[in-house]
Amino acid sequence: MNCTEFLANLTDYFDAKTAATLRVELERHMGGCSHCHVTVDTTRQTIEVYRNNELFELPESIRTQLHQAVLKKCANLKRKKAHTA
Amino acid sequence: MATMLTPEEKEANALHPDLLLVERVKAGDLSAFEQLMRQYDRQIFRIALHITQNREDAEDIVQDTFFKAFQKVNQFQGNSKFYTWLVRIAVNESLMRLRKRRSQKTVSMDDEIQTEEGSIPRDFADWMPNPEQNYNQAELADILRKTIKGLPPGFRTVFALRDIDGLSTEETAQALGLSVPAVKSRLLRARLQLRERLSRYFRVPTGEHAS
Ligand SMILES: [Zn+2]
Repeated sequence: MNCTEFLANLTDYFDAKTAATLRVELERHMGGCSHCHVTVDTTRQTIEVYRNNELFELPESIRTQLHQAVLKKCANLKRKKAHTA
Repeated sequence: MATMLTPEEKEANALHPDLLLVERVKAGDLSAFEQLMRQYDRQIFRIALHITQNREDAEDIVQDTFFKAFQKVNQFQGNSKFYTWLVRIAVNESLMRLRKRRSQKTVSMDDEIQTEEGSIPRDFADWMPNPEQNYNQAELADILRKTIKGLPPGFRTVFALRDIDGLSTEETAQALGLSVPAVKSRLLRARLQLRERLSRYFRVPTGEHAS
C-alpha cells in the first residue's frame, strides 16, 4: 500500500467502516510511514482538543430570545396566510 | 391527522419521532415547531459558528434557518432526516453570510487573505507561537481555532460537519449537495492542510505509534 491509497481510505478508517483485512494493511502502512502517521495523529488530536474546548455554547437566555423571535415571525406568517386563503 | 398518513409515512414515523413533529408543524402547530427548535438550535448554532467563525452571525443564522424551515416545511418530503434538511438550510445561510461579509469593504484584522491554496488569517505570523513550547489544552484549542479559521470555507465546512459535528460522510454530502467522493476529497485536503499547519504542535514521542 502506498500513501495515496492510504489517504484515500482515511475517512472510512476514521469511521471504523473499513473491513478488518484493509484495516490491518492501513495500520501496517501507518506503522512504517511517518508522513501518514502524522496526518492521522494530527487529525485525531485536532478533533479531540477542538471538541473538548468548544466555546460554542449557546446561553439559555439567548436561546429563549431566538425562539421567541422566530415564533413571532412564524405566527405573523400564519396570520398572513390565513388572510389570503 | 395521523389517519391522513400513508403506510410509508407511518413507517417513517415509527423510525424517527421528528417526522411526527414535522407533520404537526405542517398543520400549523407552533408548539411542535418550538420543540424542534429546542432540539436542534444548539447544533445549528455550532455549525453556523464553525462556518462563519462569528458569534453574532451564527445567532442570526439560527433565526434565519428556523424561519426558513418553517416557511418551506411543506417542501420537506421526509426522504432525508429532518436534521439533515435543517443543516442544509443552515449551511446555505452561513455561506451566504460569509460571501456578504467578504464583499463588504471594511476589512477587520480577523479577516482572511485569499491565497492560491486557500486563505490564512492576516495576523497568522504574529500569533504563531514557538513550537518548542509546551501547550495546555486551552492554548492548543486556540491555535486550532485560528488554524481552522484559516482553512478555505469549502474545506472548513466539510471538516466541521464531518469531523467536528459528527455527521456521517453521506449526511455531509446531503447537507452540502455534494457527492460522497467530493466530500471525501475535500476532507482529505482539509486534513492535509491541518497537518501542514498543526503537526508541529502535536509532537509524537519518537518510536511511539498510534494504536
Ligand atoms: Zn504513507
